[in-house]
Amino acid sequence: MSIDTELPTAAGVTQPEAPTHQLSHLQDLESEAIHIFREVVSELERPVLLFSGGKDSVVMLHLAVKAFWPAPVPFPVLHVDTGHNFPEVLEFRDRTVERLGLRLEVARVQDYLDDGRLLERADGTRNPLQTQPLLDAIAEHRFDAVFGGGRRDEEKARAKERVVSLRDEFGQWDPRNQRPELWNLYNPRHRPGEHVRVFPLSNWTELDVWRYIEAEKIDLPDLYYAHDREVFLRDGMWLAVGEVSQPRGSEQVETKRVRYRTVGDMSCTGAVESDAATVADVIAEVAVTRITERGATRADDRLTEAAMEDRKKEGYF
Amino acid sequence: MSTLLRLATAGSVDDGKSTLVGRLLYDSKSVLADQLESVERVSRDKGLGHVDLALLTDGLRAEREQGITIDVAYRYFATPQRTFILADCPGHVQYTRNTVTGSSTADVLVLLVDVRKGMLEQTRRHLSVGQLLRVPTVIVAVNKIDLVDYDEARYREVAAEIDHVAAELGVPNLVTLPVSALNGDNIVDRSEKTPWYGGPSLLELLEAVPPETEVDDQPFRFPVQLTIRPQEAAVDPQYREYRGYAGQIASGVVRPGDEVVVLPSGRRTRVAGIDTADGPLDEAFAPQSVTLRLDDDIDISRGELIASVAGAPTPTQDLDGMVAWLSERPLRVGQKVLVKHTTRTVQGIVRDIYGKLDLDTLAPAASETLELNDLGRVRLRLAAPVMAEDYTTSRRTGSFLLIDPQTGGNLAAGMVRGEQAFADGAAVEADSVLNWSI
Repeated sequence: MSIDTELPTAAGVTQPEAPTHQLSHLQDLESEAIHIFREVVSELERPVLLFSGGKDSVVMLHLAVKAFWPAPVPFPVLHVDTGHNFPEVLEFRDRTVERLGLRLEVARVQDYLDDGRLLERADGTRNPLQTQPLLDAIAEHRFDAVFGGGRRDEEKARAKERVVSLRDEFGQWDPRNQRPELWNLYNPRHRPGEHVRVFPLSNWTELDVWRYIEAEKIDLPDLYYAHDREVFLRDGMWLAVGEVSQPRGSEQVETKRVRYRTVGDMSCTGAVESDAATVADVIAEVAVTRITERGATRADDRLTEAAMEDRKKEGYF
Repeated sequence: MSTLLRLATAGSVDDGKSTLVGRLLYDSKSVLADQLESVERVSRDKGLGHVDLALLTDGLRAEREQGITIDVAYRYFATPQRTFILADCPGHVQYTRNTVTGSSTADVLVLLVDVRKGMLEQTRRHLSVGQLLRVPTVIVAVNKIDLVDYDEARYREVAAEIDHVAAELGVPNLVTLPVSALNGDNIVDRSEKTPWYGGPSLLELLEAVPPETEVDDQPFRFPVQLTIRPQEAAVDPQYREYRGYAGQIASGVVRPGDEVVVLPSGRRTRVAGIDTADGPLDEAFAPQSVTLRLDDDIDISRGELIASVAGAPTPTQDLDGMVAWLSERPLRVGQKVLVKHTTRTVQGIVRDIYGKLDLDTLAPAASETLELNDLGRVRLRLAAPVMAEDYTTSRRTGSFLLIDPQTGGNLAAGMVRGEQAFADGAAVEADSVLNWSI
């Protein structure tokens, strides 16, 4: 991918360049996200934040830290573990949780496969299998608000999602019957058995997330930056060679310089060829890319036109 | 520095709004190759001769199957100067509810009018809603200009009609321009086919719209979201005695040393410090999220308002306001509701329904109930005071939600009317109150 473009000016988050009373768009988005965290924590009793070690969840957690400083983050984090992990991401997850003194809950897809509550899919991907362990963890811990890193620019079904989005007692999302969301007056009230999903990054784009990571110097797992990796081509995506993803038939293993735009189930999350070794490189790359991050890297979203919509209706994040 | 502009689009059925939004995204290069391929594929499958850009925005299965737009969708695009958040409000199903929702946060409302049809009843209603919600700028894109052969006379006719209605409704900042969303005329680039127009393209207009009112001219308002008191949970021992009030500044500017009043109690104190996780600030302004420390060790909790002393609002238990009714179940006098105003939620009872607005004329008409999509004026009695201000002076401290105490769902969007139009508990004469302007 050739990178020669004029980038829009990257606005610093903590220091506006002129003494005028106007926020940069990143400052505006940051302020909105902090407001959302504080509203939900004030109005509900048992929030939890979905934390996978992926960039969106890392940025979300960073915002949560800022929202309650100097008090600690007032809720635990939950990882729905597919068992198909990139080892460096799991290690990053544990390091972050330790550094911030958070309580980590893990809901394991593997446990469900072991005792037969879930069956492995023919295509081997475990992303869609996360829904049941997630809903069970919500019920078991009586979580009433679940913070997720979903963004509306990611996918067309997500474009219709509310910031504070009601889930019924089956965890279902009903896109045709959503609460209107007005001004900045978020309403997380719900009946017993229901809960809300909350998306503080709703109005952020992939580029905003990266610009914020740069401005705030946020640490990420190394695989977001260019590195050499053994990969093989399947359905037009570079998959990493690992315990759960092995080449089949005529698939050739090659060493490529790659990075990841998203982090999920290792067996179906593709790498992109890239020389972007720093945050600034990644921003330059994302600014000129012609493929969405899910389109480029998520096999499970390519299944049908409405794959994400269907999963969300069932309670997926 | 790139700044954020929030816009809402609205229009009637078949006036090409989805195409316009698709065109804005496409021509500003916010549509990526895989999204376009998917739209091209679906267009082919449907047997269309052209790429249907509307498919870029209609994401849900039912929308694609039925060719309709169900709910407000949010879109993102950017130019070097500005980042745009676009609330795309569908025109037919529950259009009032959707337009009210989209307009509530919008700096700009973009309305679509089909040049062949001119002003429709629904266009008028969208203008009314935009005016009621005080969207600072309205742009009317007169679309399908290609279908009248770029005829200047027809455009002028429609534009004059729009200006006339806007003047009637009292819309202050309104601009019209001729466009063809299908062909991209005057959307991103100025079109050569409308030499008689000579004005900026839609995107140029959006880049030039001034930001909301200058915060320096506003009084300081800070609804407290929560008290931050780490106590023994503080990792750093120096914060064990810390007590700060977290919130998002609703209007104005604050500096350490400013004298402030805490409402509803009316206690006065000074700002000791403005804190953020990045360090203390010398000043902060709307809409920053910050934490304030105060000079006196007074006990403040969620829902209280820290305000500049001069012109501070008077706490009141009587709320007079215009509401957009969003629920299937009608509103009746005597109904109990929850009222969420800024960060404060209190119980309320509906004392009066003064009437509803005829959306075609914005003239009031008597009514005993409010039904879905009605806009009407009500008076509520509250169990505890709120620090409400006129919506026309502040969208943040002038707006409220009515919430169903049983389901927790949103019943209505409310806009506070007037410097309390009546004294606490005083009798209100229906005739005089019905004689309102907006």
